[in-house]
Amino acid sequence: MGAQVDESGIRHATSLTNGQGKGKAHDYAAITKSDILIGDKVMLARTAFAMLDTTMPRPRFTPHRMGAIGQMQKKAARLTMTEVAFLLNGTQVVLTGVSPTRTLLDYLREDRALCGTKEGCNEGDCGACTVIVTDGGGAKALNACILFLPQLDGKAIRTVEGIAAPDGTPHPVQREMHRHHGSQCGFCTPGFVASMAAAHLNGDTDHDTTLAGNLCRCTGYAPIIRAAKAAESAPVPDHMKTDAAFILAQIPSGVSGEGREGADSPLSIRPQTIDELASWYLANPDATLIGGATDVGLWVNKMHRDLPKTAFLNGIAEMAQITDLGDHLHIGAGVTVEALRLAMAAPHPSFSEMLRRYASTQIRNAATIGGNIANGSPIGDGPPALIALGAMLHLRQGQVTRDLPLEDFFLDYRKQDRRLGEFVTGVTIPKAAPNLRCYKISKRFDQDISAVCGCFNIETQGGKITTARIAFGGMAGVPKRAAAIEAALIGQALTPDTAAQIAPLMEQDFTPLSDMRASAAYRLTTAQNLLIRYAHDLAGAKTSVVEVRV
Amino acid sequence: MSMGAPLPHDSALMQLAGSARYTDDIPLPASTLHLAFGLSTCAHGTITAMDLSAVRASEGVVAVLSHLDWPASLPAEMPDCSPSAHDEPLLATGLVHYIGQPVFLVIATSHHLARRAAAKGKITYGELPALLTIDDALAANSRFEQGPIVWAKGDASAAITSAPHVVEGVFNVGGQEHFYLEGQVAAALPLEGGDFHIYSSTQHPSEIQHKVAHAFHLPMSAVRVEVRRMGGGFGGKESQGNALAIACAIGARLTGRPCKMRYDRDDDMMITGKRHDCRISYRAGHDDDGRLIGLEFTHYFRCGWAQDLSLPVADRAMLHSDNCYHIPHIAITSHRLKTNTQSATAFRGFGGPQGMIGMERVMDHIAFAVGRDPSAVRRLNFYRAASAADAFGEDILARVKDVQTTPFHMPVEDFVGDEIVARLKETSGYGARRAEIAAWNAASPILKRGIALTPVKFGISFTLTWLNQAGALVHVYQDGSVQLNHGGTEMGQGLNQKVAQVVAGVFGLDTGAVKITATDTAKVPNTSATAASSGSDLNGMAARNAAETIRARMAEFLAGKLGVEAASVRFDGGQVRAGGEVFGFAQVAAWAYQARVSLSSTGYYATPKITWDRVNGRGRPFLYFAYGAAVTEVVIDTLTGENRILRADMLHDTGSPLNPALDIGQIEGAYVQGAGWLTMEELVWDAKGALKTHAPSTYKIPACADRPAVFNVDLWNRPNREDTIGRSKAVGEPPFMLGISAFFALRDAVAACGDGSRYPAMDAPATPERILAAVQEQQQNV
Repeated sequence: MGAQVDESGIRHATSLTNGQGKGKAHDYAAITKSDILIGDKVMLARTAFAMLDTTMPRPRFTPHRMGAIGQMQKKAARLTMTEVAFLLNGTQVVLTGVSPTRTLLDYLREDRALCGTKEGCNEGDCGACTVIVTDGGGAKALNACILFLPQLDGKAIRTVEGIAAPDGTPHPVQREMHRHHGSQCGFCTPGFVASMAAAHLNGDTDHDTTLAGNLCRCTGYAPIIRAAKAAESAPVPDHMKTDAAFILAQIPSGVSGEGREGADSPLSIRPQTIDELASWYLANPDATLIGGATDVGLWVNKMHRDLPKTAFLNGIAEMAQITDLGDHLHIGAGVTVEALRLAMAAPHPSFSEMLRRYASTQIRNAATIGGNIANGSPIGDGPPALIALGAMLHLRQGQVTRDLPLEDFFLDYRKQDRRLGEFVTGVTIPKAAPNLRCYKISKRFDQDISAVCGCFNIETQGGKITTARIAFGGMAGVPKRAAAIEAALIGQALTPDTAAQIAPLMEQDFTPLSDMRASAAYRLTTAQNLLIRYAHDLAGAKTSVVEVRV
Repeated sequence: MSMGAPLPHDSALMQLAGSARYTDDIPLPASTLHLAFGLSTCAHGTITAMDLSAVRASEGVVAVLSHLDWPASLPAEMPDCSPSAHDEPLLATGLVHYIGQPVFLVIATSHHLARRAAAKGKITYGELPALLTIDDALAANSRFEQGPIVWAKGDASAAITSAPHVVEGVFNVGGQEHFYLEGQVAAALPLEGGDFHIYSSTQHPSEIQHKVAHAFHLPMSAVRVEVRRMGGGFGGKESQGNALAIACAIGARLTGRPCKMRYDRDDDMMITGKRHDCRISYRAGHDDDGRLIGLEFTHYFRCGWAQDLSLPVADRAMLHSDNCYHIPHIAITSHRLKTNTQSATAFRGFGGPQGMIGMERVMDHIAFAVGRDPSAVRRLNFYRAASAADAFGEDILARVKDVQTTPFHMPVEDFVGDEIVARLKETSGYGARRAEIAAWNAASPILKRGIALTPVKFGISFTLTWLNQAGALVHVYQDGSVQLNHGGTEMGQGLNQKVAQVVAGVFGLDTGAVKITATDTAKVPNTSATAASSGSDLNGMAARNAAETIRARMAEFLAGKLGVEAASVRFDGGQVRAGGEVFGFAQVAAWAYQARVSLSSTGYYATPKITWDRVNGRGRPFLYFAYGAAVTEVVIDTLTGENRILRADMLHDTGSPLNPALDIGQIEGAYVQGAGWLTMEELVWDAKGALKTHAPSTYKIPACADRPAVFNVDLWNRPNREDTIGRSKAVGEPPFMLGISAFFALRDAVAACGDGSRYPAMDAPATPERILAAVQEQQQNV
């Protein structure tokens, strides 16, 4: 195995698996513009897990021994998930008897009366609940409304109440927001402050990207961006640096379920190794595997689902790594989408740019690529790009592993080739694909779910196409290759004219649906036009509206 | 000194620290219960069976109420939540009228448990035909009021017949979800004697007070409503909070415990009303240059299931269907259609944006037809400019015979639209950019740019004349500190800051010395909704009146003490100067207190000059107009319809601003919200009448990067000719309509794909899908 090329996802993300589409018997083919399923939005979201239909009773947790953080270091391995320890605004907190699906937001507002963090949408789309969470991977903005307490074990949380200095001196972003009139109604403001302070701490000045997950209805954003720019050059206040130091020095990285099985199995575990997960999940195949919880959070918040058995995967460091295999990269299922975005910047810049528009910074910091795959959503943005790259999927069931081309994993709407107790451990992709282009089309440019996601990857020899891998999201019940288009391209020179001639074959490959995002006709036309765009793009022409500046 | 200063919002530091308290943040007793509604899943039908046993058995449930199970301890009739026609029962009474209508009420020990329980109701419906669209409602003649409202000036039909050219068309304009970041929320505390103290996130505390009192047959004096601030309102909290406050009071009466209710975001979007979508058909006669000769508009407003505020909303659309243009002959017909959808409600502009964009569509269409720059055709049709001679005139008609009038026969005395447009064209470089864009487009086959300039004229005053009043209450304490209360509510617009600046100015104090307090019906009664952009106009005047009363008493007292004229006493810089001596304000307050001088006063204001006959469409509904104009430049992708706003320049009339920083904030925010309405914000209902875009995952308001990449805002800083507070102008709603320029810039870019033979009659919102369809239509002609 080669060197790790990216460690930023370590200890922050996890992998997932998915079930056999038993969730709510959603029949993709039945969805039309005139009949869209209520609750459909949760079927579209961003990470994934085993989907359960459960009628089991609510989980019961036996009280476990309480321990101060200092003691946890040596005893961590014996703790179970009902105990959670973290730093909150610099103060140690140890909780026992925690419901595994209690959200950080509810804990802050209801148990701690820290009401600065707001609930705007309860689904991770507005950013009013943004907090800063620091672990060994650094400081990240996350949505507290879809963050379960066990995910925070061993980490440091900083809410809006902890962003000013202990003596009350405003943080530079607070000071500049005040100076630039960056708050009006003020309800989104704490979330903006948290996102801005996280970016300030990380030296990230791409404000449009770091703030894409924070909605404001009052200001038109202009004063907020002015404030963010004005704060760029201010030094990071000392108190903002303490979380990382404390975490690294004192808090253990994770808590293990210790592989207890059968009747003695804990109802909720946080394994530290893939082996541990594999054996526990084989014994508990009805459990829900939780990575970033950016989708499972909605099952709980919006669909009121009970999750009797849960495994929180963000303690499995070995599954959150990207490994250089020479010609290929192995991406662990627990790698966050944000870590993947950064890692793809050099080898696959178009993929990386598409991932920049995948949800928001807060969601990408939580969501994992394994979840995005295992979820089996027809409109997840990861799979089309990975399929175009020729990704190989890695699965594990107990001690058995198997590999298959990613496109073969998606059998039908919400039905994947995944066996009982089997889960995704990662994917392998080639490092070189100079002609890969990924196009995401949505109603809103940033932080929207794709109407159509088209990913194109050809190889040529002597100007003629020798191989073509073209995959779409949003065009069928699964992420799917455009077989007829691919076949027609072989042997051709890709020009806008040939693309226009071949594009109508898209009708053979896809019969898309109408929904609230786009009509079937628009999807089909746009898919065809994206092939034409691809030809222009490879020829070096300007094809994206974001390239135009006046 | 303090008035006119660009001071920050009074709550900014608390908001930034997370300590600014919103309704859901108020600490309530541990015994507090939480409420959730069970919602109709049928757009129109009879409730044939209701099985709520699973709801009752759900964890934490204390009580479940429906029209079939209504406790005898409560008033017998189902409470009504309507602000107008008494047609909104709190819970459906046998019939359901839309998907999302509250049918039963759960009272439980936590917010989550209440919501979980509410999801378990099993209701069977006998489905009735549902009227979902404008066409459905027209076919069934389902409407509010007997028939359409028609206002006319001159003879439009004859004028159009006589015109050398006619353009006509049909324009569909989508609605808009408010998406206030703080959802609807209220809490009720039961008081002794059956009284209530209500906390509500509302723009209209007196309406909440009235509706809660009405539900229990209580006098209004038994109900106190308090609101410190809202996390956004935009009109969505003018009437839509009634149901929550009433439900909380019902729960509090039933259980004797405090009750709180907040809608989860999906519930909020499913239950509450939005901006009215509408269809506007037009027929316009014009000459070779594009000058309007006659015009007929027909407005079709989809009002939803209940009347709510739809009549005045549709009226205001008619009142803005001229925008900045003099139309010699015009007829406007307005249909207010009743459908089985959410009851459309107030939203920033209150119908004005719909009426205005209809007129801008006509201007755009005429300009296309005559092949001229649309901005030139617009200016050609502008109202005559206000002349220096008639400034501050009381009876302009008597002195200036040829003053032009609106379609509702109101003289336009203050038109500065042409001056604003002339300046903006210069500062934005409109002409040169238009030429540069044409050249760029010629060389760019896939991406096309477009540019448009649109003006705004927006009438200021409530059209329901008696709402144009306000009260205030100011206290000066014996230590010289000042407490301010008034009838307006704070939703982010900075009203409290502006009014505090007014009061501070009266006393010669720093604004920080004036304590801002929660709006409270126990302090100032009979408040009007904070709406119609009127907040600072009305409450600023009332508060000034109160402060001046106290100042006069202090001056009189000090003058008497020193033996000088009261008129010679000066309040400035925290000090009081009289007879050559200088005293601290606090010292004078202490002396006045000890001398038994009242240091508390109410203040009151009623807007002068306005009269309005809405049935005949005649009168002066507005004290004045606020003006503005915007130039927007966009780029579109002709392969996908993707688009970006590249640059926006705007010049907006604020009069002499009370606080220019806050006004710029209103303008920037309103522009982005207006552009969002017309671009990415799309409400989609399915064939059964279920709203499919009921969360931010599916309903997309502008995000950070959707603001114009270049965003220039300037103020037309000239005193209001009317005697408003500090000669300022209202700024809440008017700049929303600057966003119309974004829509017509997109239309302009689409036209760059054609040969000029076919008008790109694009509907709103201009989603990528609509833009692509319009592009393809243009390309067919090339």
